[in-house]
This record gives sequence, C-alpha cells and structure tokens, in this order.
Amino acid sequence: MNAWLEPIMVAIVLMNLILVASGRLSACIRIVAFQGIAVGLLFMVADVYPPTTDRLLFIFASMILKGFVFPWLLFQAIREANVRREVEPFVSYPVSVAICIMTLVISIWLGGRLPMPRPVLSPLVVPVALSTIFCGFFVIVSRPKALTQVLGYLVIENGIYIFGTALLLEQSVLVELAILLDIFVAVFVMGIMIFHISREFDHIDTQRLSELKD
Amino acid sequence: MSVFWGNSMTLALALALVPFITGLLAFILRQARIRRALLLLTALAHLGLTIAAWIVRPVPSAGGWLAIDDVGIVFLTVTSLLFCAAAFYAVRYLKHEESLVKNRLDEGFLFRNGPEAVFTGCLLLFLASMTLVIVSRHFGVLWVAIEATTLVSAPLIYFHRYPNSLEATWKYLLICSVGIALALLGNLFLAVSATNASSTLFLTELIRQAETLNGPWLKAAFVLLFVGYGTKMGLAPFHTWLPDAHSEAPSVVSALLSGALLNCAFLGILRVYQVCLGAGLGDFCRELFILFGLLSMLLSAVFILGQTDYKRMLAYSSVEHMGILAFGVGLGGGAVFGAMLHMINHSLTKAGLFFVAGNILAVYRTKTISGVQGILKVLRVSGVLWLAGFLALTGTPPFGVFLSKFIILKTALEQGRYLLAALFLGVLAVIFIGLAKIFIPMAQGDPPENLGDGPRKESSFAVLPSLIFLAIVLLLGIYIAPPLSDALAQAASMLGGI
Repeated sequence: MNAWLEPIMVAIVLMNLILVASGRLSACIRIVAFQGIAVGLLFMVADVYPPTTDRLLFIFASMILKGFVFPWLLFQAIREANVRREVEPFVSYPVSVAICIMTLVISIWLGGRLPMPRPVLSPLVVPVALSTIFCGFFVIVSRPKALTQVLGYLVIENGIYIFGTALLLEQSVLVELAILLDIFVAVFVMGIMIFHISREFDHIDTQRLSELKD
Repeated sequence: MSVFWGNSMTLALALALVPFITGLLAFILRQARIRRALLLLTALAHLGLTIAAWIVRPVPSAGGWLAIDDVGIVFLTVTSLLFCAAAFYAVRYLKHEESLVKNRLDEGFLFRNGPEAVFTGCLLLFLASMTLVIVSRHFGVLWVAIEATTLVSAPLIYFHRYPNSLEATWKYLLICSVGIALALLGNLFLAVSATNASSTLFLTELIRQAETLNGPWLKAAFVLLFVGYGTKMGLAPFHTWLPDAHSEAPSVVSALLSGALLNCAFLGILRVYQVCLGAGLGDFCRELFILFGLLSMLLSAVFILGQTDYKRMLAYSSVEHMGILAFGVGLGGGAVFGAMLHMINHSLTKAGLFFVAGNILAVYRTKTISGVQGILKVLRVSGVLWLAGFLALTGTPPFGVFLSKFIILKTALEQGRYLLAALFLGVLAVIFIGLAKIFIPMAQGDPPENLGDGPRKESSFAVLPSLIFLAIVLLLGIYIAPPLSDALAQAASMLGGI
C-alpha cells in the first residue's frame, strides 16, 4: 500500500501550487475539492493494518464532504450572486507560486529538524502537511475574496489532517466525526454569509469590508 | 436519586443536553410566545441543574468524557447565571423588536431582523455548546465545543441585518475559525507529546502522566492552543474580531459573548495549562500569560482613550479584563484566586453594562458617545446603573472588582515584581480616566431635544438583570460566602495557585 503514499503526497503539493496559480474562482473550488479527496485517499493507504469499519466510515464521510458537498455549497453561494469570477489576488500569480515553493522548502527543512517521538509513516508527510498549512494561510492573506478565504481555511484543515495521518494518531472515531461535523457546519455558515455579503454589497471582496475600525 | 445525580457524567450530560434539545425545538416551533417561554424555562432548568451540581458536588471519575470539576463549577455558575439573566432580557427585547416596523432606520441604516426562531434556537444552542466546553474532559471534545460556540453565535451577531453587522460576523467567523484551526493542530501536538503512553487526549490521563510527556512537543502544543483559544478569548494582538462583533451584535448577545464566551475560551487555555503544570512547564506558560495579559491591557487602554462608540468601549474593556485574568494566572500564587474571583466579577459587571447599553441604544438610537447625553434624565434607573457599572468596572471599592484587582496587585508586590505591579497599576489608572471621560458625560447633561422631556418608563425586565448583577458584584466586594471561596480556592490550587 505504501507505494501509493508518495504519489498522493506529491499530488497534494502540486494542488497547492495549482491553487495559488489559478485565476478562476470555480477552478479554485474544484482544486480544493480534489485535495480533500486526495487527503481521504492518503488516510486509506496510511493505515498500516486493514482499516476498521469505523475508520472507513470516517474516511468516506470526509471524502464525500470535502469532495462533493463543500464544492456544491460554495458554488451555490456564488451562483446567485453577481460576483466577478476572478480571484484578483494582491500578490501576482508567479510571485504566489514562488512563495508557495519557498514555504515548501522551509517545511522540508523544518520537517527534518523536528524530533519525532514516534515512528512516522514517511519522511515526506510532515513537510507536506506543514507546507499545506502554510499555503492555506497564504491564500487567506493574499486573496481578498470571502470565498477564497474559506478555501484557504479548508486547505489549512487539510494540512492538519495530513499531519494527524502522518503520526498515525489513533483517535476516537466519534471525536473525529464531531470535528468533521464542525468543519461542515463552518463551511455551511460561511457559505450562507458569502451569499448575504454578495446580496448586500454586490461583491464578496473583504478588502472593501472596512467600515468597522478605530 | 443521589446515585443518579452523584454520577458526575450524568449531571454534566444533562446540563449540555437540555439546552441542546430545546434549542433544536425552538427552530421548529411556530409560535413566538411558546418559543420565548421555552427560552426562559431552559435557562431556569439549567440554573437549577447548576445548583444541583453545587449541592451534590459529584467527583469526576477517571477517564470519563464529561465531568464537573472544581474549576468547571465556577465557570458553569457564571455561564448559567448570565444566561438566565440574558434569557429574561431577551424575552422583553424580542417582544420590543417585534413591535417595531420591519424596515427601520438605526444609525442611518435601513434594516430588518433575522428570523426570531433562528435567534432563539441559536441562543439555546450557544448555551449548550458553552456548557459542553466547561464539562468536557477530553481535548478533542473541548475543541469541537469551542468551534461550535463560534458557529452558533455567528447568526446571533447577524440578527440585525445591515452591512456593518455582516462585516462583523464575517470577521468573527473567519478569524475565530482560523484561530481555532491552530488549536486543532495544538491538540495533535499534545497527542504526539504523549510518547510513552498511548496518544490519549483525556485531561485526567494527561495530567496523570504529565511527567512522561515530551517537553518540546508539549511546549509547542501549549503555544498553539494559547494562540488558538487566545484568539477566541480576545487576547491582544489576536483580538481584532472582538470590538466589531461586540458592537454590532444585539446587546443581549454582546453580554453573553463578553461575560460567558470569553471565559469559556480562557478555560480552554487553562485546561492545557493544567497539563503543563504537571509536566513542570509552569514557568514557561506563566511568562506567556503575563506577556499577553499586559499587552492586552495596554492595547485596550490605547483604544479606550480615543473611543467614540460606547459599545466598542465596553468591548475593549473586555479585552482589558481578559488581560487581567491572564496576568493573574501568570503571576501564580495568590493571584490565581484573584483571577478566578475577577472572572466572576467581570462577567457580571460587563453583562450588566451591556444590558444597560441595550436600553440606551433602544432610546437614543445611536452608538456614538457624543450622541448620548443626560441618561439620568431620560432613563433614571438605567442612568444610575450605568454610573454604578462604571464604578464597578473600574474597580472602585467596595465593588468586588476592586478586591480581585487588589489581590492580583498584592501578589505581584509580594513576589517583588515591582515593575509588573507598576505597569499593572499604571494601565488601570489610564483606563479609569479614559472610562470616566466617557461614562460620566453620557449620564449627565441634558438629553437631545428629540427625546422629549421627562423620564421614560423602564420595563423591569430591562433593568432587573443589571441591578441584580451589580448588587452581587457589590456583595462580592464585601463578603464571599464560604462555599464560593472554598470552590475558588480549590480551582486556584488546580491552576498553580495557592
């Protein structure tokens, strides 16, 4: 099974790069959805022992949510709105990609230095997880639209999940499902808010949400 | 009976489940009157169960998911009391809102309200999630509950539907969710640090094997959880969502956010602090508490001085008081007791003041400080409460806030940390002046002409909650009942105090 591990992780890193290079909102939503499925696949091949039924249930639930339900919700949120469908980042696309590659290098360096108290699945996992988390933060701060901020949040969550997989942390499936439910409700509520923002202002540019300040 | 209630988990579960079920019910109930009755009944039932917890004082069983321990019961009591008052206030508030025209003009914005069923339902779910934060004994459950508080309170902030509240809600959702995502990473680090044992996240288990935990990973976990939950708690510099959300939410929601929710986030940090204490990382954590505590106080002082909006002023004052809590815990020793007492004092005072702010806003229709004058002439009871609240908030004796601030200051002096004590006292003095310049002119002077002359009638539902809370704060400054002081001392001893 471990033969699949590294191709999937390389794919996840590539998706980070494609995400910051994409100019269309719809493309971004799809990439994050694919990344969610890839993280689910990573879970599946990461289990050293054959996964239990609970475990499989959780993996499928997360894949269905991240791969299908979230993109559907986010498409709904921008469909009604008359928003422009470009990302319009503060940082140009080539610079974004360069920054993402830089965070990958930093993550590899960091991953090599972290003293691991337990055996890890593969030396690649920690750098991949860290770079995905950094990439999510970068998307949040460098893209002005509310929708891309939600996508950044999802990418951070993906990174955290990869980290959990990397360390083979055996948590109660009940808690994992509850965490997943929380993330689902978060995306749901954020989707509703994006809908309201676009209806109220005719844009979803958070840069222009700047009435409140001291 | 006692066997049933004596089980810590049963009682804790009941406390969280009751508002959860009634909250779901509120979404589907059609009649406003029944919904409001349900809100009141749930609040009373929750308070009743909290009192039961005081009487039975169930012992937390090892390895349980939920329990009410000595720290938890203090937080639980504050939350339950506050929600009860908020429920009474909300019932009158909702009745009043219903009587207004659907599209109305406040502060130059035409707006309407969100559906009342959603408001009531979310209010109850908010109570359920906060209770779950307090009773959970597992870091995963704690995380789920804290994130849930964010999600169910977002619709509450967006009850008045106009652009500013939308902006505030978006910032709240995004900043808190990202902050709490960091806390999730912190949870994973915490699990990693348990090298020798299985990667448990049960609080009792972690404290028991604290000495065997991997130091660097535990430190990293503490930092991540501190930043994550600190965002929710409103510690500077992660507080940026707080003034916006508090000023744009309906006052009853602001009272709950400030008085109950911030405490719950603080409890999240205290739980991992308990583990760190066991692992001998106390000094490291205490430095962080002091640093961010003082930073919050300083920053809030700056923003209070130039403040033009009285709800934002109250919000910044919450940042200040969260800073005081962190500072108190960071000093250790007797100051932890002071911090616990201060938590109760601040919650009651601040909630009381937000209720009064709601009354003022309803009459003056503006949140700007310069637009409000002569409250004493227009709203007599609210005016007096506004001034009393000011005295209580700034720690004027004999109010309880004075006592708790004094205990913290005394500890700093006893420990010979004169610089910290001077900073603490200096910032408090600046804030006192800043608040006095805002509160006193608002209460005195002549009201604007369009309000007509003569005092207005005030509903007892609108003023009684504040009156009772300020009376309790006054009482706490003079006399602390032995059961409460025992519980506070117990809680302090679990948090590195004496």
